[in-house]
Amino acid sequence: MSSEARPFFAPVPKASGWRLFLKTVVARAYPRVIGQQRERSWLFFDVFLSILAVSAYVFVYRAIGAPEEYVGFVVVGGAMTAFWLNVLWSMSSQLYWEKESGNLALYIMAPNSMMAILLGMAVGGIVATALRAAAILLVGSLIFHVQYAVGSLPALAAVFLLTLAALYGLGMMSASLFLLWGREAWHLANLAQEPIYLLSGFYFPVKNLGFWVAVAASIIPLTLGLDAMRQLLFPSGAALGFLTVPVEVAVLAVLCVLFLVAARWLLGYMERMAIREGRLLESRR
Amino acid sequence: MSADLAIETHNLGRIYTIRNRRERRIRKEVVALRDVNLQIPRGELFGLLGPNGAGKTTLIKILTTLLAPTTGWARVAGFDVVREPQKIRPRINMVSGGEASGYGLLTVRENLWMFAQFYGLPSREANRRIEELLRRIGLADRIHTKSSDLSTGLRQKMNIVRGFLTDPEILFLDEPTLGLDVNAARDVRRFIREWLDAHPDRTVLLTTHYMVEADELCDRVAIISQGRVLACDSPEALKRRLQRDALFDIEITAPNGLTSAMLEALPGVRKAVLTDDDGGARLNLILAADSALPGVIHVLTERAVQVRHLTKREPTLEDVFVELVGRPLAEEEGSDEQ
Repeated sequence: MSSEARPFFAPVPKASGWRLFLKTVVARAYPRVIGQQRERSWLFFDVFLSILAVSAYVFVYRAIGAPEEYVGFVVVGGAMTAFWLNVLWSMSSQLYWEKESGNLALYIMAPNSMMAILLGMAVGGIVATALRAAAILLVGSLIFHVQYAVGSLPALAAVFLLTLAALYGLGMMSASLFLLWGREAWHLANLAQEPIYLLSGFYFPVKNLGFWVAVAASIIPLTLGLDAMRQLLFPSGAALGFLTVPVEVAVLAVLCVLFLVAARWLLGYMERMAIREGRLLESRR
Repeated sequence: MSADLAIETHNLGRIYTIRNRRERRIRKEVVALRDVNLQIPRGELFGLLGPNGAGKTTLIKILTTLLAPTTGWARVAGFDVVREPQKIRPRINMVSGGEASGYGLLTVRENLWMFAQFYGLPSREANRRIEELLRRIGLADRIHTKSSDLSTGLRQKMNIVRGFLTDPEILFLDEPTLGLDVNAARDVRRFIREWLDAHPDRTVLLTTHYMVEADELCDRVAIISQGRVLACDSPEALKRRLQRDALFDIEITAPNGLTSAMLEALPGVRKAVLTDDDGGARLNLILAADSALPGVIHVLTERAVQVRHLTKREPTLEDVFVELVGRPLAEEEGSDEQ
């Protein structure tokens, strides 16, 4: 046998089970995190434009003499819009785009779990978006002199993380739905963007929408998450809050479990349907 | 199933149903594959040769667990594609021609590393293999280039490396040289051959509509058309089928109303294919014997068609395809032979 005919490499043991799951999560999160470092346009589009939207509300509130906490509400809401946009455009629509680029077939064909792929997208999205949200929060707070009075930092961190877990659970669930809806995904994402700003109270206390509308809007985890965070961040937050923080935390926890279970079921359904009908994996390239 | 078989199919078929979206009624049924029976031993480079729409990609999708058959069964690495996909997936990989997989913002190394992780390959080993495979395929100098900055050919080389990186028992290559220039296609073919030489227990199923590729690479070839396997044998054996025939290529002036049917009506003419050529036409003939040629020349002379050049030649896979399918592959594909 010639030297060129020697094996290119020796077989090695490959990870399986939970180790494969973790490796997949990290690998799929990687493009999101690293992509942000290489595509700096987000500094303009995601920070500067968000600050502009926030400014409009701040000037309105100041013009009508609203309590100064409202300025803080708007800045926090503006920061959280980054997560909503990320869930909408980079989670919900993502499987559809992965199908179009040919990645989805490779993901399904690989021995990993599709839940790990979705979780990787979510983790990468959270890490990348946290930087954007922090930038909006910092710049907004400095420009508009927002004063925070954090009673319990661990409670605030817990609410924030629970909100993100439920929100990205919703994104993981809707990723399969958007794929099933196909080309309408783009329109659905467009349709969901602005109304949720209103319904979730990004720029005002959601309590002002009235009880039943606020209850309906609570299906979007950002509604209760934002409300709870505002209650923990501002002295008059509790008075302007919709429900008490413990109740909001409990609902968020239920939503989190519900969305993750639904995401897993829908992924399985999507995969079975793709293999049975043979259309879901067809890209239009 | 024998343990020596990498792939086995029995009466495999696939029908796509197209439904009316609103009424959910079946509007149309398209038969993509019918009664495909294949037995591919381990260590073989098996080719599926056929035009677009012949069913090659459908067959690959079924074998890679991405599509369920509607009839028959298929086993890959000894496991049923419908009941045991999870046992098949760690053992296989697939590369398609013209695919745009991966992420443009990532470098070649990063993209390959990411896909290696989905198969559980340790990071250090993945990076070592990436360097080795990129060196062998001639892409080592682009390891840190963003994949969005790669040309089509270089990107396809990256995709090829992705397929080999996990050292699959069975590798599916679906038109791997589609759209590549001659040099890039040759590099890819050489790389595939080298890998198989170095890993004789590995199996490759390659689909192509390039005759040269099938002839040069494959141990055995199945010719597939309209979902059916028409013949399956080594390229040499397939060509031997025609060796008792006499094959002629004739360059002529404008055909002046001459048709293939006119010539095929002549005694001893088994197949005649007339194609436009630069300023004239080309006539490919499969004759039962040399003695049938004067009859053809007589018809040409009657129609005032002048013969510019006449060659007698050995049979090629293209001739086998014409004999089996009734028309040349290029007629459906355009002239894109590499």
